[in-house]
Amino acid sequence: MRMFAALWAYRGFILESIKRDFQSQYTNTALGAVWTLIKPLSMVFVYTVIFAQVMQAKLPGATSQFAYSVYLCAGVLTWGLFSDTVSKLQNVFLENANVLKKINFPRLCLPVIVVANATVNFVIIFGLFTIFLAVMGQFPGVVYLSLIPLLLLQTAFAVGLGVTLGVLNVFFRDVGQFFTVVLQFWFWLTPVVYPLSILPPELQQIIQYNPMTLMVTGYQQILVSGQWPQWQGLWPVAAAALVLCALGLRLFRQHAGEMVDEL
Amino acid sequence: MGTITVLGVGKAYKQYAGRWSRLADWLVPTWLGKPHHTLKWVLQEVSFSVQPGEAVGIVGINGAGKSTLLKMITGTTQPTTGSVHLVGNVAALLELGMGFHPDFTGRQNAIMAGQLLGLSAHEIEGLMPEIEAFAEIGDYIDQPVRVYSSGMQMRLAFSVATAKKPDILIVDEALSVGDAYFQHKSFERIRQLGTQGTTLLIVSHDKGSIQGLCSRAVLLNEGRLVMQGAPDEIMDYYNALLAERGNLTVRRQLNEQGKVQTISGSGEATIEDIAILNEQGERLEIVNVGQTIVLQAVIQAHQVLPELVLGYVIKDRLGQPVYGTNTHHLNDKLEQVPAGSRLTYRFTFPANLGVGSYSISVALHTADTHVSQNYEWRDLAVVFSVVNADKQNFVGVSWLPPKMECLK
Repeated sequence: MRMFAALWAYRGFILESIKRDFQSQYTNTALGAVWTLIKPLSMVFVYTVIFAQVMQAKLPGATSQFAYSVYLCAGVLTWGLFSDTVSKLQNVFLENANVLKKINFPRLCLPVIVVANATVNFVIIFGLFTIFLAVMGQFPGVVYLSLIPLLLLQTAFAVGLGVTLGVLNVFFRDVGQFFTVVLQFWFWLTPVVYPLSILPPELQQIIQYNPMTLMVTGYQQILVSGQWPQWQGLWPVAAAALVLCALGLRLFRQHAGEMVDEL
Repeated sequence: MGTITVLGVGKAYKQYAGRWSRLADWLVPTWLGKPHHTLKWVLQEVSFSVQPGEAVGIVGINGAGKSTLLKMITGTTQPTTGSVHLVGNVAALLELGMGFHPDFTGRQNAIMAGQLLGLSAHEIEGLMPEIEAFAEIGDYIDQPVRVYSSGMQMRLAFSVATAKKPDILIVDEALSVGDAYFQHKSFERIRQLGTQGTTLLIVSHDKGSIQGLCSRAVLLNEGRLVMQGAPDEIMDYYNALLAERGNLTVRRQLNEQGKVQTISGSGEATIEDIAILNEQGERLEIVNVGQTIVLQAVIQAHQVLPELVLGYVIKDRLGQPVYGTNTHHLNDKLEQVPAGSRLTYRFTFPANLGVGSYSISVALHTADTHVSQNYEWRDLAVVFSVVNADKQNFVGVSWLPPKMECLK
């Protein structure tokens, strides 16, 4: 509890850091914050125009010509949030070694700042994507709101995993290298680019054990076909998130003191 | 008010035999098999306390564990044994300019740095005029830090760190940076905070600043607290401790200055030992202004020497000669020195020198210069520091105390 009270006391620092991290990406650029818009817009453009229009890739069973681009964006953007959060968290203590060694401040600030930043970036991109949906007449309606609990669940999962890896990475530097590779495989073992249905049934069975499959198919259902997610099907993810968060917090508390000696 | 209590503190780093030992350590429970690491103790059984408003210095040679102790007191590292208890808010000057981002303005960075130290944005806003005034960087405050000189960055960082009067201020050699003006100014600021009731804990290699600021000192050696007491008392003991391992100290000092001792000569006679002693015959590394000291040289003749002259030059930190003479000028050169004779020379003189670091070069030769026949020439044979412990403040390399009269 004391840990969280300390975080609250440093809320000013956290907010300022989030602002600074965001600003520092664009200081000294002529266009400034416009780049925040250009990057995701070009991404949406690539997935819509190149994949869906030029390559004529169609989602099996879908009628709309935009179905595949919406499908792609739903998966790619949310996966982006996940991988961004995890990969930044796993390096958060190593990258801030200098500050950790010299200044005594609540160390939990660092993961909070990282997660907040990833979230801010995601909200901007996803906001633009939502506008795109609305313009194209593809906005799913009130179902859209169910994205919020899904994203919260996914973030809890990512935070638990990321903090666990972050602490381990201080002591075993192989962890960071290893997980970068794992993320690559994980992306292709999640139905982000392809629909689950094109896989052979046995493989479909196996991929169902991937928590991110459950999450990503949830987003796709909401955005492509406007269906509510199957809440009860998500309990394995919730359980995994809970276990990982508890493990991450435990590792952090046990080794936070020792960590500085290894940096 | 601020107090520091350090109780039986020890720090050990784990050393692992191999790459996989740590993993084995983590995975195998402790009750099953012995641990796969050895503990390397860098500090053991350190206990002391600092009372409100007191100024305490921590002294010790490199590697004595001073910085580790400070890190545990500020809380960035946890002690392996014992505990540290602090009352009051703490400001630590362990490293200045931590967390400055080059692309943001001085003002933005000051706010950020202040928040990292636990101040609220509102408080910093209020302290900003003072910070700006102390840092003396003028309009640069609204320029990105990347265009600052390193001195300006340092001044800004120091101003932020000491902007709000802390109950406890911890300083780790932060003073040895920046130009002389800023060093003086920051030193003054620390002294001021001390008189306003801030508890000070200062680590320094610079004996001058310890004696100038502290009312008490703690001596660390090889990870243990050896002694605590009045600063000059501790300094004396420190000197004795250094003398015990004389050679080692000299070597360390030479390294610090980045110079190598050069010994040259034909070798018919050699200098076996050279040292600065006090009147009691104890070796010194720190000399007080005006203190009577003895330069003692032990000479070994390896052959019959037709003529033998011993000379020395005291040089300041920049290598400029301050004073030099030899036994020829002193009308005491030796002739026909038999082989195997061992001679001890003592030159006793008052160290009427200014505060600073000095070195002595010695030479054994014939005639009045070493050009004719050079037996041995040794630069940086002795290095010592002069501190001003009890005289009035003055500047320069020599001590020429005047008798003052004012005629009206």
